[in-house]
Amino acid sequence: MSKKAFIGFCFAPLGVLVLAFFMLPVARLVVMGASGDLGWRAYAAILLDARYRTTLINTVSLAAATTAATLVIATVSGLFLQRYRFPGRPFLVAMLTFPLAFPGVVVGFMIILLAGRQGLIGDLTLRLFGSKEVLAYSLQGLFLGYLYFSIPRVILTIMAAVEKLDPSLEDAARALGAGPWRVVRDVILPALTPALIASGAIAFATAMGAFGTAFTLATDIDVLPMQIYTEFTLSANIAMAAALSVGLGLVTWAILALARSYGGASVAAAG
Amino acid sequence: MTTMRDRLIFAAQLAFTLLVAAFLIVPAVLSMTAGVTVNYFRGIESGVTLQWVIEVWQLYSDTIFRSFLIAIATLGVTLIAGVPAAYALHLRNDRLSRTIEEIITLPLAIPGLAIALALLLTYGGFGDFRRSWLFILVGHVIFTLPFMVRSVLAVFGASDIKTLDEGAASLGALPWRRFRDVIVPNARPGILAGSLMVVTLSLGEFNLTWMLHTPLTKTLPVGLADSYASMRLEVASAYTLVFFVMIVPLLVAMQIFAERGGGPLGLRR
Repeated sequence: MSKKAFIGFCFAPLGVLVLAFFMLPVARLVVMGASGDLGWRAYAAILLDARYRTTLINTVSLAAATTAATLVIATVSGLFLQRYRFPGRPFLVAMLTFPLAFPGVVVGFMIILLAGRQGLIGDLTLRLFGSKEVLAYSLQGLFLGYLYFSIPRVILTIMAAVEKLDPSLEDAARALGAGPWRVVRDVILPALTPALIASGAIAFATAMGAFGTAFTLATDIDVLPMQIYTEFTLSANIAMAAALSVGLGLVTWAILALARSYGGASVAAAG
Repeated sequence: MTTMRDRLIFAAQLAFTLLVAAFLIVPAVLSMTAGVTVNYFRGIESGVTLQWVIEVWQLYSDTIFRSFLIAIATLGVTLIAGVPAAYALHLRNDRLSRTIEEIITLPLAIPGLAIALALLLTYGGFGDFRRSWLFILVGHVIFTLPFMVRSVLAVFGASDIKTLDEGAASLGALPWRRFRDVIVPNARPGILAGSLMVVTLSLGEFNLTWMLHTPLTKTLPVGLADSYASMRLEVASAYTLVFFVMIVPLLVAMQIFAERGGGPLGLRR
């Protein structure tokens, strides 16, 4: 067998799998999206139809809020954990990265235990203020869930990026009289920007497309993945479900592609 | 003065980070204790029991076995399809191979729900296939394949695999023997890291699986969602506990591996 033939042989199993079970189905999904009463205009309806547009705006706002909050939290903690050495630090890092392998459904359950009807927050607020605070089954609950999901991932990325920073730049800034806040703003944050973009994009795409957490918390939260699910199962509006899926896929793919062209890091979303 | 301020900054950051850790860990601890508590609402004073874990085993042990079966099968398929493909991608390293890499990485960027819907619309009509666990396997393979390929590619990129390969070729070794005796042993760290990743992801996969499963092909995460919706909190917690027990060793192995420099992919999922 020639070298060229062997390379082709090496590609064969993967090629067959990807062609049959990914490219063909996705092509079918795109065509299916145009098979309803609206035809290809179904894709425009995602933006033009008030119902879908509201959901889209909800989803994007939630994802943006999650991303912003995650980046702030993870930057503060990531910088801290990488800069200081103190007893118990490895344990703290382990605690912060432990939820990394939790799927979205489990994260949803964590939020129920924290902020659900019999949750910790409800218990505490009942004792302190006499009224039970229940956040879990709403957009706030979903926000907490995505935060829970994203913080460990982003902290790891930030810690890795902080490790690569050149401390002499900060020393130079300090020697020139910059206070700690200015060092952070003018030296550390600019150097962390690629990592922030890369991990922010993952957090954003995850919050856009994650289904498990929303599914566990409630079926009537108005976000895109839940809408796709209800269009498909309850309304049996398969064409619209397909069109929305394609739209959602395009948005998450575009965000990650954009981030990759800036950051160059290997980015992936899942949830 | 400065040291005082430094100490304050340290204390504030520590307090903040502890709060974040509490947000992540407290619910997990609550869940683990709830799973072995007689009555969660009366608290741990009501006694410690394994009755919920036993109930979970009676109700859901099939989902646990099925999840392991699917995870092992997913690993097998991603190894057979992914490792040779990574080798071919590395050797070619031209525009075509970059396009192929781009395509197989797409399932990471597209939400699982969309991929599941695409699979359902295309193969939902093939009744026997749709009803079997193989339908879920297909979804898991598409979703995890990029992790295997990239993990192996990263190792190829870091070692001089081309020279080794050409050296073996100049000694007269045939392509298949070179692949088996030179390429695979050298790719071992990447294969191992990729395998841990694939198994962990498959065991926890829900977004695709929820759409692809049937009442007879429930996996562990599907059963979890089921128990969260319809079982008492103690049973749901005990089930989650079982999942933790399965997944934590894998996570620890991955972390140890990442610390030893097991590929840039690491845990960045």
